Amino acid sequence: MIKAILIFNNHGKPRLSKFYEHYSEDTEQQIIRETFHLVSKRDENVCNFLEGGMLIGGSDYKLIYRHYATLYFVFCVDSSESELGILDLIQVFVETLDKCFENVCELDLIFHVDKVHNILAEMVMGGMVLETNMNEIIMQVDAQNKMEKSETFIFQSTRQDR
Amino acid sequence: MALKIVKGSIDRMFDKNLQDLVRGIRNHKEDEAKYISTCIDEIKQELKQDNIAVKANAVCKLTYLQMLGYDVSWAAFNIVEVMSSSKFTYKRIGYLAASQCFHESTDVIMLTTNQIRKDLSSPNQYDTGVALTGLSCFVTPDLARDLANDIMTLMSHTKPYIRKKAVLIMYKVFLKYPESLRPAFPRLKEKLEDPDPGVQSAAVNVICELARRNPKNYLSLAPLFFKLMTSSTNNWVLIKIIKLFGALTPLEPRLGKKLIEPLTNLIHSTSAMSLLYECVNTVIAVLISLSSGMPNHSASIQLCVQKLRILIEDSDQNLKYLGLLAMSKILKTHPKSVQSHKDLILQCLDDKDESIRLRALDLLYGMVSKKNLMEIVKKLMLHVDKAEGTTYRDELLTKIIDICSQSNYQYITNFEWYISILVELTRLEGTRHGHLIASQMLDVAIRVKAIRAFAVAQMATLLDNAHLLTGNMQRNGICEVSYAAAWICGEFSEHLENPMQTLEAMLRPKVATLPGHIQAVYVQNAAKLFATVLKSQEGNTDSTAAQETSQLMIERLPLFVQSANLEVQERASCILQLVKYIQKLQQKDVEVAEEVSALFAGELNPVAPKAQKKVPVPEGLDLDAWINEPPSESESEDEQPKAIFTKEETKHSRPRHIEVDEKELARRREARKQEQANNPFYIKASPSSQKVYQDTPGVEHIPVVQIDLSVPLKVPGLPMSDQYVKLEEERRQKERAEKKKKEKKKRKEKRSGRGKKHDSGPESEEDITPAHMVDIVTEEMPENALPSDDDDKDPNDPHKALDIDLDKPLADSEKLPVRSHRAVEAAKSPGEDGDAETVATQQPKKKSGKDKRDDKKKDKDKERKKSKDEKKKKKHKHEEKEEDLLRGEVHEPVVQSEGISQVAELPTSTSAEVSDLDFWLSNAPVPSNTQEAATVAAAEAPVAEVVSGAAQDSEPDEPKDTEMEETKSSKHKKKKQKKEKEEKEKKKKKRHHHHHRHSDGGGEESVQNGTVEEEEPLPSMSNYCLLAENSYIKMVYDIQGNLQDGSQVVVSVIFENKCDSFLKSMEFNVLDSLNSKLQRPEGSGPHDGLTVPFQLPPGVSNEARFVFTVQSIVMPQKLKGTLTFIVKNEESSTHEKLDFKLHFTCTSYLITTPCYSDAYAKLLESGDLKGSSLKLEGVNMPFHHLLARICFHHHFSVVERIDSCSSMYSRSIQGHHVCLLVKSSGQTVSIDAKCDEPTMLGNVLDEIKQTFSQC
Repeated sequence: MIKAILIFNNHGKPRLSKFYEHYSEDTEQQIIRETFHLVSKRDENVCNFLEGGMLIGGSDYKLIYRHYATLYFVFCVDSSESELGILDLIQVFVETLDKCFENVCELDLIFHVDKVHNILAEMVMGGMVLETNMNEIIMQVDAQNKMEKSETFIFQSTRQDR
Repeated sequence: MALKIVKGSIDRMFDKNLQDLVRGIRNHKEDEAKYISTCIDEIKQELKQDNIAVKANAVCKLTYLQMLGYDVSWAAFNIVEVMSSSKFTYKRIGYLAASQCFHESTDVIMLTTNQIRKDLSSPNQYDTGVALTGLSCFVTPDLARDLANDIMTLMSHTKPYIRKKAVLIMYKVFLKYPESLRPAFPRLKEKLEDPDPGVQSAAVNVICELARRNPKNYLSLAPLFFKLMTSSTNNWVLIKIIKLFGALTPLEPRLGKKLIEPLTNLIHSTSAMSLLYECVNTVIAVLISLSSGMPNHSASIQLCVQKLRILIEDSDQNLKYLGLLAMSKILKTHPKSVQSHKDLILQCLDDKDESIRLRALDLLYGMVSKKNLMEIVKKLMLHVDKAEGTTYRDELLTKIIDICSQSNYQYITNFEWYISILVELTRLEGTRHGHLIASQMLDVAIRVKAIRAFAVAQMATLLDNAHLLTGNMQRNGICEVSYAAAWICGEFSEHLENPMQTLEAMLRPKVATLPGHIQAVYVQNAAKLFATVLKSQEGNTDSTAAQETSQLMIERLPLFVQSANLEVQERASCILQLVKYIQKLQQKDVEVAEEVSALFAGELNPVAPKAQKKVPVPEGLDLDAWINEPPSESESEDEQPKAIFTKEETKHSRPRHIEVDEKELARRREARKQEQANNPFYIKASPSSQKVYQDTPGVEHIPVVQIDLSVPLKVPGLPMSDQYVKLEEERRQKERAEKKKKEKKKRKEKRSGRGKKHDSGPESEEDITPAHMVDIVTEEMPENALPSDDDDKDPNDPHKALDIDLDKPLADSEKLPVRSHRAVEAAKSPGEDGDAETVATQQPKKKSGKDKRDDKKKDKDKERKKSKDEKKKKKHKHEEKEEDLLRGEVHEPVVQSEGISQVAELPTSTSAEVSDLDFWLSNAPVPSNTQEAATVAAAEAPVAEVVSGAAQDSEPDEPKDTEMEETKSSKHKKKKQKKEKEEKEKKKKKRHHHHHRHSDGGGEESVQNGTVEEEEPLPSMSNYCLLAENSYIKMVYDIQGNLQDGSQVVVSVIFENKCDSFLKSMEFNVLDSLNSKLQRPEGSGPHDGLTVPFQLPPGVSNEARFVFTVQSIVMPQKLKGTLTFIVKNEESSTHEKLDFKLHFTCTSYLITTPCYSDAYAKLLESGDLKGSSLKLEGVNMPFHHLLARICFHHHFSVVERIDSCSSMYSRSIQGHHVCLLVKSSGQTVSIDAKCDEPTMLGNVLDEIKQTFSQC
């Protein structure tokens, strides 16, 4: 199970937070801060797994993260997930974002956090991995976006009618 | 109204959207909080408007603010509003917001039930998808209960996109509503073999997650997972399954044996590191579960260790980390194989990555031996000095203690060394583990009697120098050590060299800065010391010394009497009074030492930590019963005084600054220097050094004894524990030398040069003898304590509720609550009502009133249906077979179970399941070639396309047909679905028949695909063959595979009444085999027969169908069965029975599947298929007859035919491809066949041979 997925930048500013277990807003912020603290002090060329993290965690949990340019992608998972598998999943996630936003950068995530959530929802659901195939994910995301567009089109056209 | 909308949309143009909000926040870096609060005000305004677009926009912004840490729960109701918008765009925003901020205690959640239900059944798959995704984040027990049934329906949705989401969310539903697990499980299991890989993966995911927590309930699924493992190519699925097996093997070692081979193959063949790693992990788990004695045991271990070494040596830090992680698992059972890689692991200790260092530390634990313990700990001590972060240093500290104390100090040969190490560890500043060191000190001192003298000496020094540690003792927790030191010095004071000095040290004013519980120990042990001192002093002629001691006590104790800590205060005042009394006696020259030391006589024995818990409760004692009348409510007020005290304590225990006498310090420094000189470990004891010792001020009056006292603190040069390392080396060398000598002697005597094994090579463990002969006192346990392991289970684990036996058949009461219409209620009679009520009360009581009503309704519904069924049966008595034929299919056993699940729970008892597993584990053929399956490549893709095409084809959407029937039955959605499926099945069957008819009948154009071209009329053929026959009845049967479900076959049996009596109460029963089982309705036992849903008037025949589940389809099988029936005529009715044998041929698992020649060619080229051939001699029939026979009897289709050569194709219900090339020359027919399952192919060919030998 995945307990939480966090994206924050090099300064610890959250860009996306998805908790699959309920925490209060304050605790969530604390977790983000603590995770950032743990992750950011690690060198570039050390392993991507991290034990500890008092708030989120416990002995069965691990933080698995990747650092891309200005962003950290952190997954908090328990022992039922394959460590390398999750690393691959993060890669798939980032590649999917790259495809959906066309050369994704931090700004895309800042301004379109809802879209990032929608993409993530096609990959991970309720803490469990739903889909790992990038094409399938993109297909579903596109289909939903298309639906959204058609709705706004109807909306606009009805408005024009009036 | 229209105006309003226009106005709304104009307003909207001026609203901030999410992007504007983000931009705004970025532009207001200085006063972000203020800006956001104005934004929230705006949002509140927006939420008040009627326009849903405005609301959705506001909610979207709130979601963003929630991420920044703002509480948005006040908008929960607005979120629900947006969720219920009919537009997907807004709905999605609403559900996202809900998933981010709803949780179990959000009260508006209960308003969402109906909305979610509506969305779940929406025709738009994305509405359903969004609802499922949202629900997965905020599902509550109530929602889970109310929606479980709807979600279960979605598990069989036509769209894989919905199916996979529904399957995944079931896990959450199970967690929140454990009662749903058993009813839903059969369908979940079905999904393991879903044609869509995504759905399959989801099902694997859920079951793995369930099985991880309660593995024993899922052991019976092992064969199924094994099949998946050997056939799946999806690494995600493979990893999950392999992880699952890792959890299952400890429960069933035989499973491990079966797994080793395919896993080893995977390890060799896979290129995916993640998969390789998981395989290694599971192989390790298998090896752990297996008791040694397997032939290739060590080979597998070696393979794992070798692969892990490659990982550890990899430059990728991730692999290094994982390698070490897995290595630590091997270590537990096979330490030897890991020990050979000690170099590598010690190297990792120096890695710059802390995660890796921690993992390497874990490994050290199992790598120590008597021989290398000192060396390893020395290395660790170096690390302790170097470590910069406290976490890592604390970790080191615990590891040092762990490895030394493991298995009852097994590896410690020299306890003096260990005590010194512990003392050295006390120098660590800021460690959290003071109590750990303290408990080790206590444990060693208590349990190793031989070491007490040394320990006491060390502790005395520690106490003496405690003030050096106390600087920030309060804060860093190391002060716990003085607790141990004080206790040891007090308890074993007879070993003290200078009890007076220690006593003084214990009564220093600075002690009062220590935490209360430590002070209490100080005071108590000061009293013990006092007793010892008195005893030694009373022997002297001069009584003033003794009186001085008492005086010292009387002077110092009042400090503790004032302590805020109750314990300290109480003990101190007790002892103070005691000492005062003693002083009085002393002044009268009464000898008191004997009596005082009697206060502390006797020895304390170590008691095991869990001993108290394990004292059996005496019979007749109820610990929960009230002894007196229960106290009144106002009891809680008593707590308050305590709180006051603790508050005071913190005030009082503020550290006080007390100057240490400069002279005193100098004196001690001097003493230490001399003691060092005296230490036998520094210099071999010489008489001169003793003299120096004697001269030390303040110690003259103590008799001089050879002691091994040493000063561990601030020793110049090497830390003292190192001395022991060298010493130990020397000692061992000496011992070795002696041994060698002895052996040489022996050898000389023997004069047989039988081997030099003792001369060279490292000494073995047994050769190392401990420096002291120590007897380690084992901890005491109460007599007749019950050994139990369940101490560690967490009662709050949510997964505990999911520990449910899944093999038991479903009981009626377990069915999921289903919504039903109120109209139903009007129809029932009062009597039924009463019945229903009793059933309802059996339901779990915790349900709320509303739910009870629901349940009642459900039960009534059931009740009503039952009566309806009965009525129908009555009808049958009077009506003729037309009606029977109509209804025959509806009455199929599966359908009879009028419950929720479309497919009845497997009718197996636990025992049957287990024996089935036994069979599988013992000798069943491995379902497929593992090596091959593992490497099945993308080459299969084109075939898969064809296959999926066919599969889609067989799923017609036919909602309308059911409408008519729907009116008959209740408006149960379930039922409707069931019928739908029924319909599909019918369709499928029709299609099959269609094919057959083709081959039977018309000689038209040649068809390339599917059927045989006809050249001349074929002889009539029937697939029905005789099952059994007697004078009353004749049964013929045919078996068809179920394409939708790879584990099901449908047996159609035609019953023909041959006599002139009425046949009724027919009951069809089959003795299930391990592999094949008759599907019985929910609730019936594994040996219950199925009632044939019709009666037979004389001369009439009718068909009934029975569903069987099969697991392995590679072998043919025979099932014994019995039909019992009542023969009734005017005069009498007799019970009769007829035995039969159902023959499941491999052919019956094949399904006629069309295949195009290009796909066929690709399939053959792929090289995944294994070949086999068959020659038939003396076949006297035209070639097209021959083909027709194969097509008809063996469910093949012709792909292409050229003259007297034809290629044919068929597919099994589990997706095996079977390809035939049939050539005929004269009377000889040769069949070359290929299939991905050789065993199955062999059997099919045998059956073809059989067919032709019969004619």
